[in-house]
Amino acid sequence: MSQSDANIVLHVADVHKNFGGLHALADIDLQIEEGKTHAIIGPNGAGKSTLLNVIIGRLAPSRGAVVFDGKVLTGKKPHEINQMGVVRVFQTPEIFPELSVLQNVMAPAFAKRDGAFRANIFMPLDAEKTIRDEAEDILNNVGLFERRQSHAGSLSRGDKRRMELAMCLIQHPKLLLLDEPTAGMSRHDTNTTIALLQKIKASGMTKVIIEHDMHVVFSLADRISVLAGGG
Amino acid sequence: MTMTAKTLFAMSRRDLITLVIFTLVVLAMPMWLSPLGAAYPGLMQKFAIYAIFALGFNILFGLTGYLSFGHAAFLGVGSYTAVWSFKLLSMDVIPAIIFAVILSGIFALAIGYLSLRRTGIYFSILTLAFAQMSYNLAYSVLTPITNGETSLQLNLRDPRVLDLAFAPRAPGLPSASLFGHTFSGLEAFYFCAVVLLIAFFIAQKIFSSPFGMMLRAIKSNQTRMNYAGFNTRSYAMTAFVISGMYAGLAGSLLAITDPLAGAERMQWTASGEVVLMTILGGVGTLIGPVIGAWLIKYFENIFSAFNDSALHHFFGFVPDGLREVVVAIRLQICWRRLAIDPRPAVRACRRVPARRDHGRGSAYSRPVRQWPDPATGHCFAPAGGGVTP
Repeated sequence: MSQSDANIVLHVADVHKNFGGLHALADIDLQIEEGKTHAIIGPNGAGKSTLLNVIIGRLAPSRGAVVFDGKVLTGKKPHEINQMGVVRVFQTPEIFPELSVLQNVMAPAFAKRDGAFRANIFMPLDAEKTIRDEAEDILNNVGLFERRQSHAGSLSRGDKRRMELAMCLIQHPKLLLLDEPTAGMSRHDTNTTIALLQKIKASGMTKVIIEHDMHVVFSLADRISVLAGGG
Repeated sequence: MTMTAKTLFAMSRRDLITLVIFTLVVLAMPMWLSPLGAAYPGLMQKFAIYAIFALGFNILFGLTGYLSFGHAAFLGVGSYTAVWSFKLLSMDVIPAIIFAVILSGIFALAIGYLSLRRTGIYFSILTLAFAQMSYNLAYSVLTPITNGETSLQLNLRDPRVLDLAFAPRAPGLPSASLFGHTFSGLEAFYFCAVVLLIAFFIAQKIFSSPFGMMLRAIKSNQTRMNYAGFNTRSYAMTAFVISGMYAGLAGSLLAITDPLAGAERMQWTASGEVVLMTILGGVGTLIGPVIGAWLIKYFENIFSAFNDSALHHFFGFVPDGLREVVVAIRLQICWRRLAIDPRPAVRACRRVPARRDHGRGSAYSRPVRQWPDPATGHCFAPAGGGVTP
């Protein structure tokens, strides 16, 4: 799995993760090149999602470290890791169901612009034209512009996934982690998402994709790693 | 400069209309409350003050979803701070309000720092525990500051350094004033009403701002907020402190309209009351908690007017012997509903030393003169002649 000659943006170094006696990840060494799309495939329970959880700080590794852009991610809080430019699309959409679709996409843009915390109470939300325009642009790209005022909770599962993708894209991440981005989508929606991800690929964004659908993997991946039995 | 002021007051057309209507409704209270029998200053002041309390509580509960069961602690801190400001500095209301808001904010920061480590029911229980701890401390080790169950009140020997630097000590107890002008009952209401309008405007700004959206997003999905790059704890903490400051502001206004601060303002029933107000009006809506506060204070007032004679009149159709029983039961229900036990107050009037009530919220531990005699409708005089000379 080593690409010593390339510009490595993410290095997962000798990572182990144990849950009691269960070795979910064992001796994982993975290097992701800048600007490439790296697919991780493997059977259910191989530890693919656990690996992503370790990268984004949801789980602390039992041993080893994750280095991103020359900085160690291990031990950092999830919001700090996001602020460094690592963003994830979850397997089960993590959205704000009570907010509108537009607000769902606008919210992460504020984290990108204002940092992890800013008590901005003076400027009304409606007056944030730049962020609003950008959110509408991205919603247009993912095909949800018409539904921008709908409650996010009322969207279908496929639409929720596309909206979550839009929430990640508005942050212009350095590294985008996609956990089965097309799971539960119709063939048509899958193809739309593939087309969208190919467009993002052209922009040079580094991506890690976990996927079962080989059609998606072969359409997008520059490199493929196989994970089986946690190693 | 103009740009800053423009940003500061920028609001949507809908918000502006809401603010204008709300202003009219509040300022016209003496008119529209008159047919409802509630247009007297004491009650209208309470409407304004508890509306501020509920507005602030809603910024925390309505937006972030964190249900605090200890918000009365900040109300109490605000009242005590305001009375101390009256005693030590000046009878002017402005320093009293400023100190009360700052101190309750600091107090909220301390309690929030510990409580916000947990969410859901654990957070609620922690806030309840801290509030009850404050309540009990006010009755025990903090007696030198809170004056225990006698309540903190003005005294003829108070230093009032700022006031006395400019004018000699006048006979009798002074009243709260604004730049030297002493409030009449209706003026005190209008002062509270203006403060309510400012508090409402700030709440509107919070609701319509990106900050307000972040608080709603925390309520909706805190996990996603973290993975979207937000430090959710800082957001929740800020909401908690703002909310505590609103409660402190309400507490200081209670002290302004009646310069007396007792620990019963910190009791869990007072915390529960603001939860009820918010839920009754509509959690997360801007105007709902205000209406909830008005309804609860109004009906509390209506129920407290249910005395023997009113009930005898109401149950006039019931045969004589049975009527006594019905009225007695009905009175019991009324008092229980209001958590008012008139007996200790009666005892106080008879100059019989009252027992400490250990948080049962007896009328004696309340500012006694605020509670009417259920039989006559007259207010009690405090035991021992009230204010100590």
